[in-house]
This record gives sequence, structure tokens and C-alpha cells, in this order.
Amino acid sequence: MTAQVTTPYRPPREEARDGFAQLLRAEWTKFRTVRGWVIGMVVAALVTVGLGLLIAGGGSSTCQNSPTGPVLSGAACLPPVPVGPGGQAVTDQFYFVRQPLAGNGSITVRVPALTGLYANGATAVGSPMTRGLQPWSKAGVIIQASTRPGSAYGAMMVTGRRGVRMQDDYTHDTAGLPGAVSAASPRWLRLTRSGDTLTGYDSADGTHWTRVGTVRLAGLPSTVQAGLFATSPAHSTVISKSFGGGSTSGGPSLDTAVFDHVSLSGTSPGAAWTGDAVGGQATGGAASSGAAEGFHQADGRFTVTGSGDIAPLVFDPAGSGFPTSTIERGLQGAFAGLIAVVVVAVMFITAEYRRGMIRTTLAASPRRGRVLAAKAIVAGAVTFAAGLAAALVTVPLAQRLDRAKGSYVLPVTSLTEIRVIVGTAAVLAVAAVLAVAIGTVLRRSAGAVTAVIVVIVLPYILGIASVLPVGAENWLLRVTPAAAFAVQQSLPAYPQVNAGYTPTAGYFPLAPWAGFAVLCAWAALALALATVLLRRRDA
Amino acid sequence: MSQAPPAQRASLLGERPADPDGPQNALQAGWTSLREALHAEWTKLRTLPGTIWLLAGIIAATVAVSSAATAAMSCPSRGCSVDPAKLSLTGIDLSQAVVAILAVAAISSEYSTGMIRSTLTAMPRRTTMLAAKAAVVTGLVLAAGTIAVLGSLLAGRLFLSSHGFTPAHGYPSLSLGDGPVLRAAAGSVLYLALIALLSLGIATIIRDSGAAIGTVLGLLYLSPIIAAVVRSPHWHNDIERYAPMSAGLAIQATTGLRGLPISPWAGLGVLAAWASAAVLGGGLLLRLRDA
Repeated sequence: MTAQVTTPYRPPREEARDGFAQLLRAEWTKFRTVRGWVIGMVVAALVTVGLGLLIAGGGSSTCQNSPTGPVLSGAACLPPVPVGPGGQAVTDQFYFVRQPLAGNGSITVRVPALTGLYANGATAVGSPMTRGLQPWSKAGVIIQASTRPGSAYGAMMVTGRRGVRMQDDYTHDTAGLPGAVSAASPRWLRLTRSGDTLTGYDSADGTHWTRVGTVRLAGLPSTVQAGLFATSPAHSTVISKSFGGGSTSGGPSLDTAVFDHVSLSGTSPGAAWTGDAVGGQATGGAASSGAAEGFHQADGRFTVTGSGDIAPLVFDPAGSGFPTSTIERGLQGAFAGLIAVVVVAVMFITAEYRRGMIRTTLAASPRRGRVLAAKAIVAGAVTFAAGLAAALVTVPLAQRLDRAKGSYVLPVTSLTEIRVIVGTAAVLAVAAVLAVAIGTVLRRSAGAVTAVIVVIVLPYILGIASVLPVGAENWLLRVTPAAAFAVQQSLPAYPQVNAGYTPTAGYFPLAPWAGFAVLCAWAALALALATVLLRRRDA
Repeated sequence: MSQAPPAQRASLLGERPADPDGPQNALQAGWTSLREALHAEWTKLRTLPGTIWLLAGIIAATVAVSSAATAAMSCPSRGCSVDPAKLSLTGIDLSQAVVAILAVAAISSEYSTGMIRSTLTAMPRRTTMLAAKAAVVTGLVLAAGTIAVLGSLLAGRLFLSSHGFTPAHGYPSLSLGDGPVLRAAAGSVLYLALIALLSLGIATIIRDSGAAIGTVLGLLYLSPIIAAVVRSPHWHNDIERYAPMSAGLAIQATTGLRGLPISPWAGLGVLAAWASAAVLGGGLLLRLRDA
């Protein structure tokens, strides 16, 4: 027996016309044939570049190398800044009592006292300095590749208010014994070198030692400089004003450490100690007030006084001695670009509602979610391209302008630079997707444009304006779409450097990609809501 | 004694002249058409469902953001450098965007629907139409703004006094009887009205609602961002002095007036100049262009 199976006639499916690729092409055709939208995207890129260059090029710094010298301006003001092994700009200024160490060896000391002096900006020049340590005043033992500022090192130290630390290569910091140093509770420090590995130990009594950390300094030469050091960063109190202005009151500081039970193994016996102010004598009021950098040796006791810091140079618009800039400063023009992008992306959907075109669009492609997806992809991709082009032009040009105007642009690795450029384009692209979604939900241009701009730009303004308490500012930049601008932050905040790490200075509470993820989450939520509403409502 | 003609007598009595072609002077005709234009614009705006929501939005946005800002601020015992009146009016930063939507929609919606052609056929005096729109929008914003500002100050008074802003710390509780606080409050209401005029003018020039609102918000919100990053203090001061938002909001300052880049009333004057330039530009283009 055979059964006759008849299948009803179905027209052959035209895959190409029904496919998502076709839908994307349709949306892309819509976008590129509306002259206003294309002009809008070009305007977005142009204002990003233009405003960025205006910010970078506006105003030149002036400086004077000596009180009587000629007033210089622009690039002549750029100071020589040492660059550390990691490629970052560093401060490397300290008093170093040293001996050369050939091959492996070890240095052990006891620190029974650490005291400090500092000048406050409020007091007159030349008046006696105030007694007191800075939180990161530091003194201890150090092994450095050479006395050239910026060379590799590892050090064990006591600090003003942060206990014993082991630090290396400017950016790394490990905590040891807590508590302050005094004659009653001295600290023992030891640093050993074996090949290119340094190991730090601390102890409260000189018999029970604890390992604090081990670091590898690649390419450490066979002969290194080992010895005692003291240094103390400038004292500063930041007074913030609204809308980004800020002023500091502060001045130089120095610290004096006493070392005894000094033992150095691995050096030639009987070698003498030499004292050097690495990175030059500290400038400013430190020398004028009687106390000066230097060292004194008697009966195996060393008294070392130093000023400066061994740390990464951070961007601190209020505190730094000379004008510094970051690579992302010129990208602030992206906010103007963002507004143009949001207007175009919102119109990409609201124009369909205004003209009734949406009914044709949905008749041609009844699966509404896919229409929205295609629109979001086209808007996002076009914006990404425009934003990438703008950022690629702005970042190098703004850096050149910054240097020409006398600002030291803090160097970053090329990977970070790529992250800042691509991240800026990605923020604009996701903002465009958010705009398409909000436009679908609200259907009206004015309301949707305002909603998107307000949720992205207003929290940023309130976050940097210094009108709200810092806790509220950080909260705003954590949960609102404005968190995404963290992707532009090129320099990390270093806890071992005291500086105003506020949103105003460009330091965000979230890590770069985490901040970007917050914006993506908002866009995804809005897209989900838009899809549901687009399916449920009549068009 | 001669008797006045009937039409003139009727107009003296405040009645409509029986004969529309009767003798009327130009001024009277102008006033009548303005009154009619006001009536028409009021009817249009009143009967749009969005208007009442936007007005409620102005009040809600101002009070909500202001309350959040004052609730988040606390004054430690060693003293704080906060301007309590300015902080209590932080919500204006947000509600100006809602005001901008209202003002832009008042004119752009006519262009997007083609309604503008009916409007101008019925009211051929285009500047009168724009003046009427401006008056109606401004009136509504003034009313909503007054409620919003009073609500914000009340919230600020309640939150701040429970967060350490007490007379013992040198902060008497916020009161409209205090001259600078009254200036900040009245000035903030005027600020919103001027933002409405600025938006209306820009929307008349640009016509498209999305592009118009983008321009308005860019003009307002970009200046604090740029001011924060420019290097030269001169540029920084110039931006704060001449940009519409930072200059206009100087009216909210009640403490540290000496340190301000621009004095409160002068700042509001700068915003008024922006608004009148926008409205005049809009009026001129409205007369010159085809609708």
C-alpha cells in the first residue's frame, strides 16, 4: 500500500528579502539618503574635533625659571620629567646615602625615629616650618639600578602615616607592619638582592622577620646602588570651588630619619658612604628655612634628611608644580558630539512615526523586534565610525597643541591610548543605541532627545561641578549612564600618592570598562523596554 | 452736545463693535488681535495633553533633584563651605530641560504637523502670533516655576536644618524674608522663564523639534563641561560670565558673591540678552521665511 502525500503549494521563500541582512540594508539606505542625518553625523564629528582643539589650544602657560629671569611661555616651560620603567612619568627626588653593590647582597637597618617639617602656603616665605610628617613621608633602605632619575628600584620604608611599605618601580606598593615609628617601637627593615630579584623583610625587634614582598626588576645591572634614603612629598590642602576650579594651600616638606644597626653585606669592606640629592635639590622654601637635605654620620648612627618623592606623577590640576595634561583632555569635545549624535539617532526612529513611515516599515518587515535591532545596529555602527574618526584626529592633535602651549602631557602606554580612543567612539555608539530605544518608547523627538541628553550629560555635570558632596558625586558616576566616561580616564589613581582624585580632576569611581558596562546595561534595558512596547502598541 | 457714533460708544463701553469694518484705530486693532492671538495660543496649549504633564514634570524634577541634593549634604561640625540656597535650588539644572521641551514643542509641533499654515492663515500678523505664544508659554512656566522653587526651598529648609545647617554653624534656616534668598528664589523662577523664551526663539529659527532641543541643551549643558577643562583662568571666567547657564544661575548665589565671575543680576541679564536675541532672530526669520 502506498499513501499519496500531497503538500499544499507554498510560494518559494525569498531568503534574501526576508533576511536580517536585507533589513540592515534597508535601514542603512534610509539613513544615508536623509541628508539632514548625514550632515548631523558629520557635524557630530566636527564639533568633537573642533571643541577638543579649542580646549587644548586655549590659553598658554607662562613660567619663570628664576625669580629674576625672563618670563617664558609655551613649550619653553616644559620641565624635564623622568620616565619610569613602566613608561609612566614619575617623580624621583630623594636624598640617597649610598654605596655601590656589585652582585648579590643585603642591607639591614633599624629606624628608631622619623620626624618632619612642612611649610604651609598660608604662612609667609622664610618663616619657620611647622613640625609634622606628611602621610607619605618616607625613609628606609633602597636598591636602585643607578642614580639616574626614573631608574628601576625596590625599597623598604617607614612612612609618616601608612606604616611600613615595600615599594618598587614607582607604581607598586605593598603594606608591611602598621603603626608609626618611635624610639619605643622602632622598625627593622631589610632588603636583599639576588640576581634581579629583591626581597623585603620587616621586623619589630630585629630577630623575628616577616617577608613583605618579592619583586623582579628585569634587566637590573650587576652593580647597583644600595643605601639609605629619605624623602617627603609636598604638603597640600585642596580648597575646591564650583565648576572645576580649585586652589591649593600648601608647601614643601622634608623629613629626617635616624638609622642605626646599619649592616650592608656584599660590598667591598671599608667602602665609604656618599650622599646625593637624586633628582636635584628640592626647590622652594625647604632650603631657605634652615633645614636642608643632607646626611650626618656618627658612631654608626645615620641622620638623613630629604625632600621630594619617589612615586608616579599623577594628574592633579590643583596641586602640581607645573602644568600637566592628560591625553583625554581634548576628548571633552565628545560631549558636543554626543548631543548631535543623540539628536540624529532619536530622529532615526521618531521621523518614522511623524511621517507615518513606520506603518510601511512594519508592513514590509512584520517582525518588529528585528526592525528595532536593525535600526540600533545601523545607528550604532555609523556613530562608532564617526566617533572613531573624530577621536583618532583629536587625540594626537590635542597632545601637540597641549605641548606647544606648555603643558606636559602625561605619557601612557599605546594600549591605554587605543582604549581611550576606541572607548570614546564606543560610548558615542552605545549612546546612539540608547537614543534609538528611548525614541521608540517616547515616539516624540523633543522628549526623547532631552531624556537621553539629561541622563548622560546632567549626572556628569553634577558629578564634576563640586556642588554635591563627594559621596553623592561618586554615586552619580557609578549608577548613571555618565559612568561610561570612565573609559576616557587614561591615568589610574595611585593610593600611594596624595592627590585630589576627584571626578573634577578626571578620576572616576569605576574602572574604565566597568563604567562603560553601566552605559551598556542602560542601553540594553531601554532596548528591551522599546521592543516590548513596539510589539504591544499599535504603530 | 454731540453724541458719539454708536460704534465708538460701544468700544468705549468695552463691547465689541457691532460692525467689524467700523472706524477703529490701528493700536486698537493691534490690541484686539493680540488678545485674540493670546486666546488662541492659550486654547492650543491648554488642550494639548502633554502640557499639563510637562508642567507637572517641571515641578517634580525641580523638587526631586533639589531634595536629593540637600538630603545628601551634611555639614560636619568643623563647618562647611556650602551655599544652602543654591544647593536647595539644584533641581533647576534638570527642570530647565523640561521647560525647554515645553517651549520647543509649542512652536515645533506646529511645523511638524503643518498646523503652522492654518495658524498663520487665521493670524497673518506673524510677530503677534509669536508674541502671544511667548506670553502664554512664559506665563505657564512662571506659574509652574514658582511652585517648583517654593517646594524646593521648603524641602531644603527641612533637610538642611536636620543635617547640621543650624544657626549655631552660621546657617539660619532658609527664609524668603532674607534678601539674598528671595533674590535666589525669584531669580530662579525668572531663569526658567528666560530659558523658555530662549528655547522658543531657537525652535522658531530651527523649526525641527529634535534639532532645536539639541541646540538648546548643547548651549546650556556644554558650558560647565568646557569651563572645567580649559587651562586659562581668563577663558574659564569668560565662559562662566557669558554662557547662558552659568551666567544665569549666578542669580542663585547667596554666599561668596565677591568671588563670583559675574554678579547675580548681571548674570541673569546675560541670559536675558541670549533669550531676546533668540526671540528676535526667530521673529525676524518667521516674517522673512515661508512657513
